[in-house]
Amino acid sequence: MTEEIVDKPLPSPSGFAEPFWEAGAEGRLLLIRCKSCDESRVPSSEVCPNCLSVDFEWYEASGLGVIYTYGVMHRLYHPAFEQDLPYNLVVVELQEGPHLPGNIIGIENDALRVGMPVQVVWQKYSDISIPRFQART
Amino acid sequence: MKHPLRGAAAITGLGITEMGRIYGKSSTDFAVDAVRYALDDSGLKKSEVDGLLINAGITGSQGGGVSLSLQNALGLRNLKLLNHMNAAGSTAAQMVQYATLAINAGMASNVVCVFADAPLREGTSTGQAYGSAGRTSIRPTGVNGLFSTAGYFGANTGYALAARRHMSLYGTTQDQLGAVAVAERAWAVNNTRAQMREPITLDDYHNSRWIIEPLHLLDCCLVSNGAVAVVVSGAEQAKDMQQPPVYIWGMGQGHPGDPRSAGSSPETETGAKIAAETVFSMAGVGPSEIDICELYDCYTYTVIVTLEDYGFCKKGEGGAFVEDGKLGPGGELPTNTGGGQLSSFYMWGMTPMSEAVIQARGQGGIRQVPKNDLVLCTGNGGVLNYHASLVLSPHHN
Repeated sequence: MTEEIVDKPLPSPSGFAEPFWEAGAEGRLLLIRCKSCDESRVPSSEVCPNCLSVDFEWYEASGLGVIYTYGVMHRLYHPAFEQDLPYNLVVVELQEGPHLPGNIIGIENDALRVGMPVQVVWQKYSDISIPRFQART
Repeated sequence: MKHPLRGAAAITGLGITEMGRIYGKSSTDFAVDAVRYALDDSGLKKSEVDGLLINAGITGSQGGGVSLSLQNALGLRNLKLLNHMNAAGSTAAQMVQYATLAINAGMASNVVCVFADAPLREGTSTGQAYGSAGRTSIRPTGVNGLFSTAGYFGANTGYALAARRHMSLYGTTQDQLGAVAVAERAWAVNNTRAQMREPITLDDYHNSRWIIEPLHLLDCCLVSNGAVAVVVSGAEQAKDMQQPPVYIWGMGQGHPGDPRSAGSSPETETGAKIAAETVFSMAGVGPSEIDICELYDCYTYTVIVTLEDYGFCKKGEGGAFVEDGKLGPGGELPTNTGGGQLSSFYMWGMTPMSEAVIQARGQGGIRQVPKNDLVLCTGNGGVLNYHASLVLSPHHN
């Protein structure tokens, strides 16, 4: 876990996704499994978008995935990102299926490839830990 | 068998305001102007307008967009149909579709459909006008907040990610994206309404600055202040009106949603695929019969994936399809013949719509495409999430 104090826009750790953020602070990635249709999802909604059931459980995911797609941002839209430019952003397809947005840390942007195996790493901010990714071999 | 609504309504009026960095006017002011011009163009008296469909652009979600009060600004007293619609970039085609349905249901006779936007302010950049998404002090709950934390801002990001996915899956190249930008600029040279009329080369494209890789500045649409209005009337009435009618042969929509999960690829297989089946089935034609394409081109990539999803080429072959310049002037498939959103002006779905009307009427001047029997006009919104389209023709049948 790395410390980073930057005034970036951060999600709120409260609300129904609280277990997700609490586990993240311990370096674990939780996903939601619908108890009705068995579909996995990231905690974006309390209602299963597949079958509309409200019955779900949290489970610990592998934290492994591959880069589904990526981009390298050169334009400044938010002052907190100025020192990062040009920075990468990715969508990772988790082994369990759901897609999760993030950044790949510890890599040259030119080395990014779709399909590259990655694993989740959690970066700690003031009151929340955020999932990023790093390449794995 | 001919579809009962094919050719049952027509676009009978078109109004386009000044476009671009035009200041000192609100969205509503632009909308009023566009409607005035459209009525002049159609020859209709204001009292003959009994339907009004309104689409506010980005200013609609930023406050200050054109609203239902446009009715009063225009002094319309006899409306039988009124709505404020928004399905992002697919709205323009949708407004014409709902107008067509309403007219054929006997609910209205002449429906004005208008888009207006005024996001550009003096002294601020184009990017600032649209790039503010995610810049809020409210902390989102759940994983939706992960997008802005990752530095995901505005539509540029979503389309860059979609384009990269396509490039990776199918070998689509930067040169092929550039070919779309170059072809459209070549059309814009001959459009006096276009904001960007200097010809560009593929080198100019590569030398334009990165916005977000794989998108250069010249992969991205413009931003414009302005408005466009069209009038839709029943076919019987249309044939005696001032302008050559542009008949609506086909209408279709497709909105596949995005589950953000394995097995779904909305980035590379879009709602256009669903809309294509409906629009071509109603029109009774296929892609090989289309003479002119006016495609929503918020980004170069949008054109490539749209051509694939309409079956002009196979999935994954859109890059190679456009590379030889066939979209440009003199090419085999004239596309975005006014310069599109990339080079003329950005009025969401009204950019392709207005040029489709001009070409179908044969009023394109030096950029007129000689064979204009069937024009495909598409609208796309979100990040390839919402899609609607029309097949238009100067022929009733």
